[in-house]
Amino acid sequence: MKNNIERHVLAVLVDNEPGVLARVVGLFSGRGYNIESLTVATVSEDDSSSRINVVTSGTPMIIEQIKAQLERLVPVQEVNDLTAEGPHVEHEFILIKITNTGPERLEALRIADIFRARVVDTAVDSFVFSINGSPEKIESFLELMRNLGMVEIARSGVVAIKRGEKRIDND
Amino acid sequence: MSENRMSGAEIVIKALADQGVEVIFGYPGGAVLPLYDAIFKQNRVKHILVRHEQGAVHMAEGYARSTGKTGVVLVTSGPGATNAVTGLTDALMDSVPLICLTGQVPTHLIGNDAFQEADTTGITRPCTKHNYLVKDVADLPSVMHEAFYIAASGRPGPVVIDLPKDVQFAEGEYIGPEKVEQRHYQPQKTGDPQSIKEAVDLIAKAKRPIFYIGGGCINSGIASCRAVTELVKLTGYPATTTLMGLGAIPSSSPQWLGMLGMHGTYEANLAMHGCDVMIAVGARFDDRVTGRIDAFSPGSKKIHIDIDPSSINKNVAVDIPIIGDIGSVISQMLDVWKKKSPKIDGKAIENWWKQLDEWRSVDCLQYEQGSSPKDSIKPQYAIQRLYELTKDRETFITTEVGQHQMWAAQFYKFEEPNHWMTSGGLGTMGYGLPAAIGVQVAHPDKLVVDIAGEGSTMMNIQELGTMAQYNLPVKVFIINNEWLGMVRQWQELLHGGRYAESYSAGLPDFIKLAESYGMTGLRATQPDQVDSVIAQMLETPGPVIVDMVVSKEENCLPMIPGGAAHNEILLGLNEHEEQTQSEDGMVLV
Ligand SMILES: Cc1ncc(C[n+]2csc(CCOP(=O)(O)OP(=O)(O)O)c2C)c(N)n1
Ligand SMILES: [Mg+2]
Repeated sequence: MKNNIERHVLAVLVDNEPGVLARVVGLFSGRGYNIESLTVATVSEDDSSSRINVVTSGTPMIIEQIKAQLERLVPVQEVNDLTAEGPHVEHEFILIKITNTGPERLEALRIADIFRARVVDTAVDSFVFSINGSPEKIESFLELMRNLGMVEIARSGVVAIKRGEKRIDND
Repeated sequence: MSENRMSGAEIVIKALADQGVEVIFGYPGGAVLPLYDAIFKQNRVKHILVRHEQGAVHMAEGYARSTGKTGVVLVTSGPGATNAVTGLTDALMDSVPLICLTGQVPTHLIGNDAFQEADTTGITRPCTKHNYLVKDVADLPSVMHEAFYIAASGRPGPVVIDLPKDVQFAEGEYIGPEKVEQRHYQPQKTGDPQSIKEAVDLIAKAKRPIFYIGGGCINSGIASCRAVTELVKLTGYPATTTLMGLGAIPSSSPQWLGMLGMHGTYEANLAMHGCDVMIAVGARFDDRVTGRIDAFSPGSKKIHIDIDPSSINKNVAVDIPIIGDIGSVISQMLDVWKKKSPKIDGKAIENWWKQLDEWRSVDCLQYEQGSSPKDSIKPQYAIQRLYELTKDRETFITTEVGQHQMWAAQFYKFEEPNHWMTSGGLGTMGYGLPAAIGVQVAHPDKLVVDIAGEGSTMMNIQELGTMAQYNLPVKVFIINNEWLGMVRQWQELLHGGRYAESYSAGLPDFIKLAESYGMTGLRATQPDQVDSVIAQMLETPGPVIVDMVVSKEENCLPMIPGGAAHNEILLGLNEHEEQTQSEDGMVLV
């Protein structure tokens, strides 16, 4: 059972009302599902809908359960499994503060350049970089940085969208 | 002032009345006084005053399940709301449509740890189908009507509406149910035609089929139960029902194999294990039904019809899922079946019935009732006699939780849906007495019997006060073994007979208790008194408590021990001197 664990990115459109996030999060904790990352923000012009991007993992049967259980929540408009529904882009945004000096400070700057990270703050002993990109790119950037000093990370979690003209609210 | 301008409290009561609510079950307190004032000033909605808010919710459940309507509860904030939580969870597990109105501190005090404040929507979020906190009186009418729609549609369930006191006082505009728009919540009703064709083909070709029928059929309505019965009859195939599905098809049908599951019949469980095609209709493959999941019905193709997509492939992977309302889907199947009039494999089905009849002949529910005055009354005998002496009149049965509940399921037979009310999913001791009150309120002239255990009866015994106040002629039929019998049985089977804390000590004298409430109390201690006590109970017009003093150490059988497969069903416990329970099984509840 354990070895067919899959990672899925879900895009969940919900009514933007009090308690809706608690419903979604409570569902995951109450039924023992995983949340690898979760982001939420309103996405409609009139603020009536929010989009929850959630990265989860489980066996195919569990993934199906997660989707069906989400769909049972009254304020949930629709659940899209981007991983199952074809090509999509996944992006993450992070801010990372690194404290170091000397050659390591230079090396950090060099790597940031290679990864096209931006310097958003500079002090004598520290930089703050911002970077966005695929979760893989972010991971390798973080790994390199961790070798070069003390780091503090603020991470947005994955947001994702389908490739091509298809929108989740019209297919 | 326009006719539609009124206080929030009046909006609530008017919405109830417009939704066809005739009676609500409740208990007052500071945070619901405006609502009680609004109730006082009208006479469309009747109020039943309970003795504990848990009782109110179970009453509303009994009312709902015996009528098919939505039950309504009204409780105050804080302790009123928290007392309702067990009932709400029970209703969620058993898919009972309920509205529970809770009072709340005024909006400006929310979050301040105000007197009798509780985070009611937070507490009840996981135990309701949906809940609302209404902060603006302008939202109130639409919330009220939407709540009724959500409670009763799709897979039914409880809905909480939390009402701050200032919102109850505030003046607003009432809007009728016809003017309220539904949101996107729209459960799928009809089944996918292609899947239905495939299912009919599979059913027609089956050699060892079985219908596995659950409470979803009953929730779908009487017409749906009739349709299922017709399909069962048309095919000639055997059918078993779950604890919640009893009455969905008539027990008198020769095709009915009895209940399945942990205390189901030998024939039903072996048929489930050995079938080649299983047709699950409004059933959810609960662990009490499946036993060990990886050994569950290993050789069968499975069709699963359910209105709740999350019930499908949850515990057991199925071959043909059909999402939809049972009534619609079964009628679609009947249409296809009748059009095609497929040829079934008569020879195979005949052999299957031969096998089933062989299993039936084991007579797994047999028990020995001695007839001398010194012999004790067997609990099975008491329930069987109750059935025989009441089967010719319309009777509603509720139960508590324990051995007596399983014996009631085994020995009381139902011809119709909505006449059997038991706590299946949550297994809530204390359900039966208030549920019976709710049933009696809905059916004042009918016979309503709570088949109870002495232990469970004590859990909501305070509701005798409600019975007394409204002179509700409920019959509380206590199978008194002076044990928390089901606990004792598990301790005998799994814990070496170390009977820790499972003896029912300190019981009241139930006859005197009845008399203290102005009711009739009756007692039987010998087999030859059973019939006469039941007859007396039936002749007494008002409420009655019967103390059936039964043998103390009777076990409920057959039994599939936790973690065992259907074909490991035990017919007796002494055949297993040493426990055979696997460690995995031991941890199961
Ligand atoms: C509220 C609650 N607490 C505990 C239990 C666990 N439990 C299940 S059956 C049972 C014993 C019930 O005793 P009684 O009502 O006398 O019924 P009997 O089994 O003796 O027929 C207990 C304690 C439960 N189901 N519900
Ligand atoms: Mg008992």
